[in-house]
Amino acid sequence: MNSFTPPELITAFPEIFLAIMSLMLLMLGVAGKEEKHKTVSNFAALTLLLLAGAVYRFCHGSNLTFNDMFINDTFGAFMKVLVLIGSAVSVYMSTHYLERQRIMRFEYPVLIMFSTLGMMLMISAHDLISLYMGLELQSLPLYVLAAFQRDTVRSTEAGLKYFVLGALSSGMLLYGASLLYGYTGTTEFTHMANVLNGTGAVSLGVIVGMVLLLSGLAFKISAVPFHMWTPDVYEGAPTSVTAFFAIVPKIAALALITRVFMGPFGHIVHEWRQVIVFISVASMVLGAVAAVRQTNIKRLLAYSSIGNMGYALVGLVAASEEGVKAIMIFTAIYMVTSIGAFAVVLMMKQRDRMVENIYDLAGLGQTQPMLALAMTVMMFSMAGIPPLAGFFGKLFVFQAAINAHLYALSIIGVLTSVVAAYYYLRVIKVMYFDAASDDTLDRAEDRRLNGLLAVSALALVLFIIAPGPLLTTAQAAAQSLFAL
Amino acid sequence: MIEAVFFYVFATVLVLSAIGVITARNPVHSVLFLILAFFNAAGLFVMLGAEFIAMIMVIVYVGAVAVLFLFVVMMLDINFAELRKGMMKHAPVGALVGFALLAEFTWMFKSWSPSSAALNGVAQPIPDQAAISNTHALGEILYTQYVYLFQISGLILLVAMVGAITLTLRRRPDSRRQSVAGQISRRPEDVLKVEKITSGTGVF
Repeated sequence: MNSFTPPELITAFPEIFLAIMSLMLLMLGVAGKEEKHKTVSNFAALTLLLLAGAVYRFCHGSNLTFNDMFINDTFGAFMKVLVLIGSAVSVYMSTHYLERQRIMRFEYPVLIMFSTLGMMLMISAHDLISLYMGLELQSLPLYVLAAFQRDTVRSTEAGLKYFVLGALSSGMLLYGASLLYGYTGTTEFTHMANVLNGTGAVSLGVIVGMVLLLSGLAFKISAVPFHMWTPDVYEGAPTSVTAFFAIVPKIAALALITRVFMGPFGHIVHEWRQVIVFISVASMVLGAVAAVRQTNIKRLLAYSSIGNMGYALVGLVAASEEGVKAIMIFTAIYMVTSIGAFAVVLMMKQRDRMVENIYDLAGLGQTQPMLALAMTVMMFSMAGIPPLAGFFGKLFVFQAAINAHLYALSIIGVLTSVVAAYYYLRVIKVMYFDAASDDTLDRAEDRRLNGLLAVSALALVLFIIAPGPLLTTAQAAAQSLFAL
Repeated sequence: MIEAVFFYVFATVLVLSAIGVITARNPVHSVLFLILAFFNAAGLFVMLGAEFIAMIMVIVYVGAVAVLFLFVVMMLDINFAELRKGMMKHAPVGALVGFALLAEFTWMFKSWSPSSAALNGVAQPIPDQAAISNTHALGEILYTQYVYLFQISGLILLVAMVGAITLTLRRRPDSRRQSVAGQISRRPEDVLKVEKITSGTGVF
């Protein structure tokens, strides 16, 4: 018999709590005859929000548990707080939309909770197997959510496309993981780092394994060349689901990439740097160029998210504590901007019907000046125009790249940022300078969306006054990743 | 000697039936070939001394997955000829990518060697097969060292189930269901009425 000590459960307390709450809400939804989706949905948002507070307050330091497969550190806590807030907001803002579309069912918030749980497990992964399991638990609900409007062809197609491509990416990831396991003889990150550190020349098998692993992960953040699914899925999925896709899962996948490439592969930076540089440059360029011709706002935001992931990866290329800090600040600001932008998209209605074309926004500057102003803040922030928060997100990322002597990469980044500014500014131009057609947008009356939009716009504008809390938290979190 | 013979028999049939899966015109034949392939793979696992995986292969893959495939193929009216129409058009590109991958992996495996430090970090060394059976050895670590992964697998399966129900279950107002509780709790005095009818008058 092996001697066995039970694992320390308190380290994984947030995850265990979330798992139990999801199961309870599932039972609450199933039991009884009457529809309970409102209760379940509100409870879900509340649970996620409270948990974000708890993680922020209590998760510090760096603790391993479950046979070293699970790590809870300050870096993970920072990312988990973002994920939890993003999920809570996604649930909170989707209720009215789903009810109007007549597709609200209690499974929706429950699936989002399970997906969030998967993301938290991803962020805490400290082993190749737990990495994969977290990834699957995160993706599976997303496939279902994409097809949630099951009576429309577009939504089912989005779900199916996402599922098939997601399965392919999982296959690549697993192949990569098996090669890495075959070379290093371990799946645990610390051991792996030691083994890879000891060898002088890196075996070809490790490089192939690493690249395959990265392909699987790059699919999840929709970085070029694994981005094909993004515009179609974003367009086809119900808008509230698109909002969730844009806001949350990428944070988790980005955190996972950062942990893997700073941890086990931290000693072989020279082997992976050029790969990430390629992915990053390709994403920035494609995100900027392909979005120019889009007229559907969901597709536009899809390309914008591809480009933004490129910027985030610039911070990873720097491979320094400063770079990781920049990634975290960038993701936090990007999340707030996405929340605001999708709150506006969810409000885009004409005579009670949802519309998605950019030109439907025409004349918004006259009919609803406040809404247009908030959208302007979102677009300016995404374009990276000072003094809005989006500018600082990009500033930190490029600063980290320049300090790591990556001048070419920074210049390409700034140039693509200028190109991308064109289509963000076009949205603003349509709102203020295009003549309104006969059909203007309905007045924004959804209190929840208005509130969220106001909060995120204010956060982006006021960031410059008090950037301190975010910066110091990110600093501490980045340090914890390198402390091991 | 006899082992080599069995290995080659299993391996040959496995490869042939795998080719059969993708070449058979009739989808039902494809699934049957698939089942044959699973059986032979199970045979290979037994020869490797991995009898637990062999059993799982037969029970799960043949018993559940392949039979489910068979159901789906037989119940859904899919025109496979129609589906395959575009295949020849894309086949050259697919073949090119496939060969490129094959060449890369061959190149990689030619220079493959595990790290010298690999054996130091092995989490679970393979126990002596004579002393402990496969199933027992797996059971000892699956619910202890790997309990975390075991639990997540459970959650993933639950999500799969919830997802499948969400996407397919429809309330049908026109279908009549049996309500067992309703039937049992029916009492004669609630539903039967005995009327004394005097001749010459009606009930109403």
